Amino acid sequence: MDKFTSHTGVGAPLRRSNVDTDQIIPAVYLKRVTRTGFEDGLFAAWRNDPEFVLNQPAYEHATVLVAGPDFGTGSSREHAVWALQNYGFKVIISPRFGDIFRGNSGKAGLLAAQVDEKVVAALWAYLEANPGAQISVDLESRTVSAGEGVDRIEDSFTIDDYTRWRLLEGLDDIGITLGHADDIAAYEAKRPSFKPATL
Amino acid sequence: MGKTLAEKIWDDHVVRSAPGEPDLLFIDLHLLHEVTSPQAFDGLRLSGRTVRRPDLTLATEDHNIPTTDLDKPIADPVSRLQVETLRGNCAEFGVRLHPMGDIEQGIVHVVGPQLGLTQPGMTIVCGDSHTSTHGAFGSIAFGIGTSEVEHVLATQSLSQAKPKMMAVDVVGELPPGSTAKDLILALITQETTGGGQGYIVEYRGEAIRALTMEERMTICNMSIEWGAKAGLIAPDQTTFDYLEGRPHAPQGAEWDAAVAYWKGLVTDEDAHFDKVVTIDASQVTPWVTWGTNPGQGVALSGLVPNPDDFDDADEREAAANALRYMGLEAGTPMRDITVDTVFVGSCTNGRISDLRRAADLIKGKKVADGTRMLVVPGSVRVRLQAEEEGLDVVFKEAGAEWRGAGCSMCLGMNPDQLTPGERSASTSNRNFEGRQGKGGRTHLVSPDVAVATAVTGHLASPAEL
Repeated sequence: MDKFTSHTGVGAPLRRSNVDTDQIIPAVYLKRVTRTGFEDGLFAAWRNDPEFVLNQPAYEHATVLVAGPDFGTGSSREHAVWALQNYGFKVIISPRFGDIFRGNSGKAGLLAAQVDEKVVAALWAYLEANPGAQISVDLESRTVSAGEGVDRIEDSFTIDDYTRWRLLEGLDDIGITLGHADDIAAYEAKRPSFKPATL
Repeated sequence: MGKTLAEKIWDDHVVRSAPGEPDLLFIDLHLLHEVTSPQAFDGLRLSGRTVRRPDLTLATEDHNIPTTDLDKPIADPVSRLQVETLRGNCAEFGVRLHPMGDIEQGIVHVVGPQLGLTQPGMTIVCGDSHTSTHGAFGSIAFGIGTSEVEHVLATQSLSQAKPKMMAVDVVGELPPGSTAKDLILALITQETTGGGQGYIVEYRGEAIRALTMEERMTICNMSIEWGAKAGLIAPDQTTFDYLEGRPHAPQGAEWDAAVAYWKGLVTDEDAHFDKVVTIDASQVTPWVTWGTNPGQGVALSGLVPNPDDFDDADEREAAANALRYMGLEAGTPMRDITVDTVFVGSCTNGRISDLRRAADLIKGKKVADGTRMLVVPGSVRVRLQAEEEGLDVVFKEAGAEWRGAGCSMCLGMNPDQLTPGERSASTSNRNFEGRQGKGGRTHLVSPDVAVATAVTGHLASPAEL
């Protein structure tokens, strides 16, 4: 996984709450056996609507998505994270994320930055007044910022310490755990014999 | 201070604990299916890793597979490739697989319990959010993404920050005519889709104790629909009776040792919950959803709500969006909503007791003109049991379609889909936009309401039959 320290890119305001993973990518697009090519299914139901934010030229190269609360609820499909990444997104900002989606983002290298609801409201207003404007996100200092002068928005975001450290270092989770193989073997040696086995 | 049930199970599975790091938990059972596993196996191959514990891993085919023409190859080449990829991966890595045509094939959350692999006090994961179903046995069970599937395959463990603890106190008794599905739908409406976020929730109270195992699975299945990490119910005699004699249940002295351990899996009197919520089961009537998330529900006797009645701006906007998508007018009685398709099945309500209940209600009646009804058993075993009891004949005589086992119209990944604008009453778990097919409109219901709706052609309860 690549290291993530900071990112600056065009912000897209997605004025919706409860964007579940079926909205991010419907089930019919989940049939690929690769990790790439899922961008064609991203927000599939909304992409036909010319008014949809990502269809507006100003947001064509957006890399930071600013969404309402409960983004990524529902299905565990990591394809939702891949679809956002395949499309070009590096950062998702929301007041609240679905648990599994947030976990998947951390594993796959997409930054899920949780901010106060008023920060999302301010970013939405700023982006809509300045289509194509950029948002900066600094994982080191856990801050999100946009605009200048009186329009300046700067606030902190929340991410758990462990995920932040892994993203900053670009670490492979499995590699870390395999470093504790002795602990796993010790645990296995004391498991009760009545636990079920499939083979 | 004492521990909650979930804390006891958690602590019994900690492989490694260090300050500032999530706990490393051992995973007792890892369930796989074709959709969320191919990239995980690819990852293993790329890094030259193996499956650490194939003996704690089980795979089945469920999401993609057709429920008709079962003797023919899968028509959709992309679906077929995904299923074939699972078969190749399981053969290569030595994982037990129940493919189409196998007597143990079915929805992963139906198969695990019916084989007796799901037992109290376990940690169970699967690349599927409805893994919470297995919590009904008093286990910590939750859905994971594909990166975590790969992690569990390689290490049989998972790094997890300990969630907060919540108790759901279900007081009173469910009235006759109200089901476990109505109870969980009403709870999600009460707590909203984000209400359980960050918590493992323990459902408790007399109304929970009175439920059968299959009803408890319906409750725990939908834990994810209000955002909970997992949902569980303390094991008791009902649990032990369900398990005893199943293929993978312990036997003889092992059974006694297991039961002795399981009996200790209760929340201590002095345990601390970070949050406690209460729901009065005696007030729960047949419940249906009107919107596009499972928290947008109302009593079947109620009306489509007016978005203006919501205090919260986000909820107001979400309600307005939902009514537009669902093609509904505020103030319409829910019972006046006509339905095109009725779906009985899924990991929420596709078990034998659900089919028995549905068959009992529809016996001697007919599906309304202009309405179609699909009955999709959760597993091949469920299908065969139903056929042995003649339930298939009852459904077919009523004009319903009797199908093969799988996830089917719950998520519309196989050919069982709604068309744009088509309206369903569905015993599944999600009414998201497009969930059952692009443009499809879903009302979540119990099997009882599903049958009454099929017979009358509009959302209805069995009391109207």
